[in-house]
Formats: sequence, structure tokens, C-alpha cells
Amino acid sequence: MENHERTGAASIPDGRPRGSAAPPPLLEVRGLTKSFFGIPVLEDAHLTLYRSQVHGLVGENGAGKSTLMKVLAGVYQPDSGRVLLDGEEVSFSHPTKAHEAGLSSVFQEFNLLPDRTVAENIYLGREPRRGVLVNKALMNAKTAELLESLGITAIRPTAQVRTLTVAEQQVVEIAKAVSYDARIVSMDEPTAALAGAEVELLYQIVSRLRERGTAILYVSHRLRELFDLCDVITVLKDGRVVSTGPASELDDTRLVRLMVGRPISAFFPDKLPRTDSGADVPAIPILQLEGAGNGQLDGISFNVQPGEIVGLAGLQGSGRTELLHAIFGAAPFTRGTMKVEGREVLPKSPREGVRARMALITEDRKAEGLSLNQSILNNALTVIRSVFPRRAGAARTEIPGVFSSLEVVARDLDQEVQYLSGGNQQKVVLAKWLAIRPRLVLLDEPTRGIDVGAKVAVYRLMRKLAAEGKAILMVSSELPEVIGMSDRILVMRDGRLAGELPAGTSEEAVLQLGTGARTAPGGGT
Amino acid sequence: MKKRGSFIDRLSSTQIVYLVALLTLIVGAVLVSTIGRNFFSQGNISSVLTGTSVLGFIAIGQTLVILAGSLDLSVPYVASLASLIAAGVMANNPGNVLPGVLLTLAAAAIIGLANGLIVARLNVHGFIATLGMGLIISGYLATNFKGSSGQTPLSFRLIGATGLGPVPISTIIMLACAGLAMLLLHRTRMGHHLYAVGGDISVARTSGIRIDLPVITAHVICSLLAGMAGLLLASRLGVGSPTVGSQGGYDLLSIAAVVLGGTLLAGGKGTITGTLGGVLIFAMLDNIMSVMQINPFLKDVVRGVVIVVAVAVYARRRIVNRPERFSSKGSAEAPAAQAAPVEGP
Repeated sequence: MENHERTGAASIPDGRPRGSAAPPPLLEVRGLTKSFFGIPVLEDAHLTLYRSQVHGLVGENGAGKSTLMKVLAGVYQPDSGRVLLDGEEVSFSHPTKAHEAGLSSVFQEFNLLPDRTVAENIYLGREPRRGVLVNKALMNAKTAELLESLGITAIRPTAQVRTLTVAEQQVVEIAKAVSYDARIVSMDEPTAALAGAEVELLYQIVSRLRERGTAILYVSHRLRELFDLCDVITVLKDGRVVSTGPASELDDTRLVRLMVGRPISAFFPDKLPRTDSGADVPAIPILQLEGAGNGQLDGISFNVQPGEIVGLAGLQGSGRTELLHAIFGAAPFTRGTMKVEGREVLPKSPREGVRARMALITEDRKAEGLSLNQSILNNALTVIRSVFPRRAGAARTEIPGVFSSLEVVARDLDQEVQYLSGGNQQKVVLAKWLAIRPRLVLLDEPTRGIDVGAKVAVYRLMRKLAAEGKAILMVSSELPEVIGMSDRILVMRDGRLAGELPAGTSEEAVLQLGTGARTAPGGGT
Repeated sequence: MKKRGSFIDRLSSTQIVYLVALLTLIVGAVLVSTIGRNFFSQGNISSVLTGTSVLGFIAIGQTLVILAGSLDLSVPYVASLASLIAAGVMANNPGNVLPGVLLTLAAAAIIGLANGLIVARLNVHGFIATLGMGLIISGYLATNFKGSSGQTPLSFRLIGATGLGPVPISTIIMLACAGLAMLLLHRTRMGHHLYAVGGDISVARTSGIRIDLPVITAHVICSLLAGMAGLLLASRLGVGSPTVGSQGGYDLLSIAAVVLGGTLLAGGKGTITGTLGGVLIFAMLDNIMSVMQINPFLKDVVRGVVIVVAVAVYARRRIVNRPERFSSKGSAEAPAAQAAPVEGP
């Protein structure tokens, strides 16, 4: 167990600045609980923010960071618990209520109108007026002043947001949050979309805000940033605060251990013996990549053997999804070579990818995987009908068998997929791809948003496909899943492969490689 | 993140519209001169401008509605109804001009309010809401009016017939309305919020904007301007007509003019200036082809080609690429490849 100021029910979490007269807290969160559909996302969370303090909030995906932020922003209402601002209890029924109280948030997804100017975006809904008319000169001047106070001079208030770089848009987003006279600014992964030099800009803004007395809640996966910026770090795990205390008392290894600290459950099925004939022969890799790259990826080289499940880990935005899309032809490689079963193939469209017998199970099944208002049968036959129409008839007769082996729960094949549960929808997506008898299966977050039973069904299917000699490449943000299912784990960082880890590695090792906390692949602690 | 692009790529859509308008003007002038006529004669200029006014009124309103993320298909029927109310109330009595105008505009505003409420409060898409409203009005007109009806007095008819030099009064009124619409869009909160609601409704909501107000306002103004168009038609014809709006095809033509003017059909981006350019292009095309005595069916072919080409050009320009992490050819020089988290003390 860690000694880093473990917080129990008895002690109030503290990151109180040391000194003779400790200032009163600006914001206190006590016993906050929030559930979605009966599943607790936050349980008894507490947090204390002080003026001029940067408070880091870390945790794995699903730990409850974003939910906590959204409660503070007035986007979600907590089920129970109290939020105290300057010692007085507050509750925000609408985002504007939070703004009025001096609490602003910068979310991951941009909340800007790309076709409007910087000033119009920042003062949207609060445009300064002279009489009934909007005082544009004043609005632009105030915007320039605001940006300057953050140390930004390169952004013109009259520039269209669309013409700005991602980093500049992020700055505008932060400026908008600050412009509500915010005393507390919370930022959700503000550097997720930023590259090296641009992160410096953000550091600069954060330190300016701190000088002004603003309290900052800083959510990030990048450990280096947390140690560079934060005074206090709170670690969330499975919706609970597991630790809070001065950043100076932590290091990478301890922080990662606090974030993970849970046994990998035994719900991953064991590997199955190979059932295909080619198991004993030294096989040609199903996928071979050599120096492949495009605008988002660079220097990607690896192989996937028949019967192998390769996990693809990395942070949000590290290029994992882009890699699957490049292999499949949806966003093709522009350089390097790619071989499928020894033959050089470079698919330029998803159609060519399917012709090379690849399947891509996308991350967002509702938007990219299914036609929600069509029947199960039509969805299951979409790919085969469009790419191999002559085999559609045969595939049609196999559908009932496939569905019963996947344990799809549905009224009948004519039911519209929108009425199925997430897990059953995902099984329909899988069935649609299995119909083409793929050699290489690309899975992007295959178990996102589905229940445990369906998860296990997906895992079993993966094992079965591997046993049949198929190659599987799986992207997942759930570390236990990557570790529990993969024969090998490739970790990506900033569009490149950061390293490879063996089966059964630790979550710490994956995180360290993905965040760059340690550059050499290490076996764990 | 602007890439070096061709000349066209660097122009704003409004600039492209006026470039096309200029091109139309030059080609038209040359063509017209080949048959020994002068495109720039006072009479012809006046005739082109006259052609802009009815469509102009409707297209200005349509711009507001489209910017707010809706659509108005009821405009031709509102114009027909307006012409009938005006001609009916005025009944050739000069003393009734003012009540006639006010009553007409009031009726138009009520229809616009109904459209706006259906769209904003009942969440029916503008396409369907106003299609339904258009059908209702059209059915009412067809059952109650068998042909033209009422009469407008001479004093009112003069509005459609006189001008300052070559510029018709009706065009001046239309341009004044355009000016007011621009003032609304660019200098009032309502205008800013209209762009925001059409651009991204969730951004508008989280910025604390009342999202139904801009939509309702846009619909009311659009119907009012369709009513103005109806008044102008009544002034020109001298009578009210139940089919004058639908014969003009103002619903689709106004949408075409708005889109030709560079406004996004999905809303949130566009200008009145662009729309006026679109209207001008259509008016010049019409004029040139009637002077040249071209088969009227060919007119629609030309209009169609212009719309499709213009929108295809905009669509090409609108493809915004995600900024690239690595240059797409070489691999080594990758600009931002070195990861942020690796650096640091």
C-alpha cells in the first residue's frame, strides 16, 4: 500500500499550501456521487481547490475524471454530495450558472464556432453593446486585452477560428473560459491535441492564471505535465479518490501504481489450441508493415502472425485509430510498404481493404458500424452484399448459425438494430465482418460501452478467431483488456510506435511507455 | 493551417459570387452587342434591376432562415396571399393603401411566427414545417380565389413602376431591407446568436443563448419580406393573384440564390451581400436570355448549371484537412514528431 496521504472517510483530503496561516479553500467537493443507469461513476469523491493552485486530477479511462469535471461545470447534476464555493453550498443546474459563479471549464471537444471570429466566439451570448448595437470595437479590444493578459499576442481577435491552428483554438477556448471572470478553471486534457512546442504555450497560460490567483483543476494523462505544472495531485480510481497530496511527494512510478493498483481479473478466457491446418508450418505473417506512414503516422514497422492477437495501446490521440484506418485503406499510408500474407498490398479505400480480406470494427458502432434503423439481417449482410455480392446468398444462410454462436439476443432477424443493447449491436457488427471470412481483423475499442457478458462473448470470439489462424490487431484504452487478451502489445505515442511489450506485462509498463515517462520498454515494477 | 491553393481557393465565397456576376456581365454585354443591342442602356439596366427586387426580398429573408439552420418553402404562397390581401383591402381606393400594407404585413408576420414556433418549439424541421404551411395556404388560396381579385390604386401601382434614374423604387426598398438585415446580422446580439444557433446549436446552448428566439425571429422576418414581395407584385400587376408566387418558383429560386451567394445550406455561415450577388446573377441571366430571345426552357438549364457549378466550387474549397503531424512524403523531417511528454526537466 502507498503511504502517499491515503485518504479514508475520516480525514479530509488536503493539498493545503504549507505555511503559517493556511488560506481558506476556494472550492470544496464533499462526498460527491454520480451514477449512470445504476452504474456508479463517482463514489464519495472529494476535492479541495485553493487560490493560485494547480490541482492535477489523474486516473485511468473511466475513473470518473470527466464526470467530476462535468458536475462542476453544471453539465451533470450529482446524485448526492455537496459542492462548497467559498464555504457556501452551491449547485449548478445549467452551465451558465457555473459560469456566473466563476467556475469555467475547458472540455476536450472544442466548443467553438469555426466560421466566427475569435472575439465573436469568446463573447458569444455576452456581446458588449452600445445602445442596441453590438460594440464590435470594444469586443475586439477586450478580446485583445484578454489574450494579452494570457501572454498571447499572435492571435488576432478578428481572425476566423477556422484559420487558427489546433493549439491556437485551444488557447481561444481557454480564453473564453477565463473571460467569465473565472476564479476556477478546469481543463480536461488541454494538451491532447497539441504537439511539443505548443504545449509550452499552455504552460505559459497556466502559470499566468496561477499568478492571478486562479485555481486550476488540470486533468491529464501526461505524467510529465502533471509534475511540471501541478502543486497537488489527486488520483481517481474506479470513481473513488485513492490519493491526494503534494506533487513533490510523488514520482512517475508511484503515480502510475496509484492509478492502476488493482488485480487483473480473471475474466479473460484462455487461449485455445489452433484448429487450422497451417498451425505447424512456419507461417508467412498475415500483416507486415515496413516504415509505413502518412500525415498522422510515421515509421510504423511490425508483423502480425496467423493466430496472433496483437494489442495496440497508447493515449488518446496517439495514432492508434489512425493506424487501423491506414491499414484498412480508410486513410491510406502514403509511404512505406505493407504486405498481406506476403503479397504487397496498399489499400487506397475501405473497399480495397475488404477485398484484401480485412475487417475493421470501428470505435463508434452507432455512427460507423451500423445502420441503426435497418434490420439485423440487412446490417449483417451490408459488407458482403456490396463487396462480394455473389457470396451474399451463401452468407445469408449462415447468419442464423453465426448469431447463435455469438449469443445474439434479439426478437428476430428483422428487428431494427437500434432496439438492441450495445452488446448485441456490437455482435451484429462482428457478424457483418465475419461474413467476409477475414484473414486480418482490426478491432477498435471492441468492448466500449457494452456489458460484461457481451465483453466475455467478444473475448471468446477473439480467441476462436485466433485459433482458426486469423490475425487480430486490437486497439483498446482498457489496459486490463489489452494485457489480458494480447500475445504482444505495441504501444504508440505521437504517431509512432514507442515500443513493444510481451504478454502479461504490467499496466505500469504500458502507461510509462505510452506517456513517455520512461522511454525504454521495461518489464514492470 | 491554410495551404497554398489556387487563386480560387484564396477568395472568399462572396468574392467568387461577384466575380461570377462580373463574368456574367461581360459575357452578357458582348452577347447582347452581337445582336446590335446595348446591355448598358438605361432601359436595360432598369429592367435588370427590376428583375432583382421580388427575388431579392424573398432571398434576403431566406438567407436569415437558412443561417439559423432552418428553411422556408412557404414564401411563394405567402407572397400570393399578400398580393390578394393588399389588392382586396385597397380595392382601388388610395385612402386604403396604408391599412392595406399594414394588414398584409401583419398577416405575413403571423404566418412567419407560426412557422418559427413550429420549428423552434415543436422541433419540426423547417423543410417540413414550411412545406406544410405552404400547402395550407395554397389550398386556402385555391378554394377561395378562382383568379385574380381586388385592385390596387394608381398611387400604389407607381411604386412598382417609377424609379430614380435607372434605379426602380422597388429595388431601392429592397436594398434598404438588405441593409437592415445586414445591420441585424452583424451589429445586434440577435444576429450574432442567429449565426451561433445555425453553426452549432450545442455551442450556442452552453454559451447561455436562448436558442429558439433567433429561429423564430428569422422566420418572422422571412415571412414579412415575402409579404413585401407580394405587395410589390400587387403593385406591378394592379391586382392580387393566387398563383403569382408559385408561378415565380420563388421557394427554390430563393434557396438557389442564397446558396449561390455562398451561404451554407446547413446554416451558420453566409452573408446578405453574397445573396444579393446571387440574385443579381439570376436577374442578369434572365435579362440576357430574354434579350437574346433564347428558348425559355433553356433558361432553366443555364440557371441549373450555374447553381451546380458554384456549389461544387464551394464544396471543393470547404474540405478542411486535419493538420498533419508528419509531412506526407518524407518521413525524417517530421516537424512535431518529438513527443511533448518526453521532454521536460
